[in-house]
Amino acid sequence: MTQATQTPPSGPAARPAPAIKVIGVGGAGLHAVAHMTEAGLAGVSFAGVHTDARALGHSQLPETLLLGGELTRGLGAGGDPDIGRAAAEAGAEKLRGLCAGADLVVVVAGLGGGTGSGSAPVVAQAVRSNRALVLSLVALPFDFEGARRQQQAALALRQLKTASDAVICLSNQKVAGLIDEKTKFFDALRFSNEMLTQGLRGIWRLVTCTGLINVDFADLCRVVRGRQAESCFATAEAAGENRAREVVAQLMAHPLLDQGRLLGEADAVLVSLAGGADLTLKEVSQVMEQLNRACEGAQVIMGAAVEAAFQDRLAVTLVVTKRNAAPTQGNVAPDLDRPEPEPPAAEFPTSALDLETQHLSRGDVARTPSRFVPPAPSLSPEKVEALLLKQGNGSARQRKQVARMRQGMLPLEVIPKGRFAKSEPTLHHGEDLDTPTYIRRGVALN
Amino acid sequence: MFDSSSAIIVGLEVGTSKVCAVVGELTPEGGLSVIGLGQARSRGVRKAEIVDPTAAAEDIRSAIAEAEQMADVEIRSVFLGVSGAHIRGFDNRGRHNIVSADREIASEDVQDVIRNAKAVNLPADHHVIHVVRQHFLVDGQPEVLNPVGMLGAQLEVDVHVVHGITNRLQNPIRTVKDLQLEVEDIVFTGVASSLAVLTTQDKELGSLVIDLGAGATEYVVYANGIIKHTGVLAVGGDHVTNDLAYGLKVSMGRAEELKIEHGAGQVDSSVKSRTISLTSDHGLPERTINLEHLRRIMSLRVTEILEIIAEDLAEAGLLDYLRAGVFLCGGGARIPEIQAVAERVFGLPATLARTQSISGLVATLDQPEFSTGIGLVKFGSFQQDRRRGSNSLGHRLKNTLTQLFQRA
Repeated sequence: MTQATQTPPSGPAARPAPAIKVIGVGGAGLHAVAHMTEAGLAGVSFAGVHTDARALGHSQLPETLLLGGELTRGLGAGGDPDIGRAAAEAGAEKLRGLCAGADLVVVVAGLGGGTGSGSAPVVAQAVRSNRALVLSLVALPFDFEGARRQQQAALALRQLKTASDAVICLSNQKVAGLIDEKTKFFDALRFSNEMLTQGLRGIWRLVTCTGLINVDFADLCRVVRGRQAESCFATAEAAGENRAREVVAQLMAHPLLDQGRLLGEADAVLVSLAGGADLTLKEVSQVMEQLNRACEGAQVIMGAAVEAAFQDRLAVTLVVTKRNAAPTQGNVAPDLDRPEPEPPAAEFPTSALDLETQHLSRGDVARTPSRFVPPAPSLSPEKVEALLLKQGNGSARQRKQVARMRQGMLPLEVIPKGRFAKSEPTLHHGEDLDTPTYIRRGVALN
Repeated sequence: MFDSSSAIIVGLEVGTSKVCAVVGELTPEGGLSVIGLGQARSRGVRKAEIVDPTAAAEDIRSAIAEAEQMADVEIRSVFLGVSGAHIRGFDNRGRHNIVSADREIASEDVQDVIRNAKAVNLPADHHVIHVVRQHFLVDGQPEVLNPVGMLGAQLEVDVHVVHGITNRLQNPIRTVKDLQLEVEDIVFTGVASSLAVLTTQDKELGSLVIDLGAGATEYVVYANGIIKHTGVLAVGGDHVTNDLAYGLKVSMGRAEELKIEHGAGQVDSSVKSRTISLTSDHGLPERTINLEHLRRIMSLRVTEILEIIAEDLAEAGLLDYLRAGVFLCGGGARIPEIQAVAERVFGLPATLARTQSISGLVATLDQPEFSTGIGLVKFGSFQQDRRRGSNSLGHRLKNTLTQLFQRA
């Protein structure tokens, strides 16, 4: 369980950059990661995880892991998230091994299918139990893929939000709005992968490059670490004289930010500027001024870096987080049969470069908002038994050990059901509908 | 004189927020007119099921008394609306082999196949409330409306069965019977509401009726003129009130007032940072409440209710059948902007339902709260029509006599 405890940080010099690992889950995830490998991100290692042995064989990734060998016989999950989930749970031990030693794990998946929707939350959970920061970078299905896949994707997204430290999602439907009608389907998917890659590149740049005004790993942690946080990102690039104004105009019109509307609702915004050696202070202040105005009330963290590759150009990457920070503990439905209590907020090895940010981030980590744990996916008892039998005793035993190690906690806040306290609870997919919706969804009222 | 009572049809709904009795009269021409209405605030009901029979009985008595007074009739029997989380609907198919030599389907065969379809395999403690005929299949050929006279080897029929747990259905029946009232039939309130608000055309086109009650939300889907799906969600207006009471830290009574006065189905930008000041009993300002919070709590709940229904229908694959759209009734239909919410959730046109094809106290009756009561009367009138069809003198005499004895 804790085999991945890091070597004690022996000073900033010993760990110049945090280790980033990108894991592609499922078919779409593999494709996206394959695309990312070509992006030339130094210091990032890639891995692929799938239930389909053939797709895994085709991928050129350095590390691969086949999930659910016995359960699916390497034939994929067939669009059923339950199977994807079971397969990943059976391979939880291997997953932990796969991401051992990484500080930041980026789980890349396309939601809606079987493996992506089912396994990605389990992968994220496994990584988190390894005490690494988990960032999920997911693509949501196109509208034409049908309501069922949309639903599966929505459910998986909700699970991912609780399992990972931050979720950045890219709606393929919104991407479809970005490209013109004549674009070939293949190119559209490529474009979607490119968007995901850009997101990763933005994060990578944040974490690894040292800038004039530095944003580092600790800052990223601070923005994304709120549980139940959902983030989206956008990048824009412009060149020429008026590049500062143009770049902001592009961001404000960006479809992934809902034409800039999301900025207004954001709780935290991380801005990373990258420009060539000719980047002027005026440009930086111009961009920041406008962005600050757009996202009033949000915590804005900025960074600016100079890179030779950006000569004459200005690129801005935004990570926008909408955080639901309401304390929503003790809201678990009574039929929830999950022996695994939430892993405590992982103390993160912030071997950050400057002491100040490190100090800040530690303070933050200690007070991570509590959150609502979604119920286990609905499986009939027979199916559960069958799945457990198939996966042998590996995962089951693992879970038991986890349960023994952790001390049980009473919920701090009792959610009163008011006049329904004594009536028969209304359960829907394991959620108790008598509890106010806003509490179950973790919507903050302040 | 003896026959007069049978022309009076009373629908009784024992709801979570109110008990409502609607008195209808069958005119000699066959029309239906509502002549009386009685209401009482309900105290003994939670989530559409009786939890306090004594209080419920009192409320029913006062509602019935008011209706009697208004209609100037004596109420002896009622059609009782039932609801609750235990009620479920599903489709069943009955089969029957045609044995006659010429393979022509006779009306006896039709009766047989319906009887077969009614033989539902349910747990012992369940009771079937409705068996609604959908379509016949002759040798696998679907969508046959009337198979009598057709040739075939096998006749099948699809029915929609609505059932509930016997004991929980018996509770309201017992309470009503204790008041010396006869229960002619029990009707699932969702079905009753849909009868009241849908026209034949809406049923043909396909429509979804959502009855947003205080304790429970019932929904019924019609497509091609028949009931395709029914369901109950034991979440309603009371939940909104409860959420508000908890979220805004006010009493239930205050929360109810706030809900009615300031609630809406959506949060719009106009409410941002607006506040409502609460006054104490003496009229002094007590504290202020953020209107945006109120709306947010409420809209989340209302949206969730509709989303759960949409999810259920999507699972049943029925969303594409609803060409007439969504009809909202029940007290929850009064929530401002709920239409827009429903349109967003279902992606279909949503309308506030109006009670159709009934005459009488029109202005009073065209309220979303009364759709169930009126639907019960309508259901009763259909039953009465059927009964009238087999109305020989002997039948009538027997009816009258039994009625007399029942009263004694």
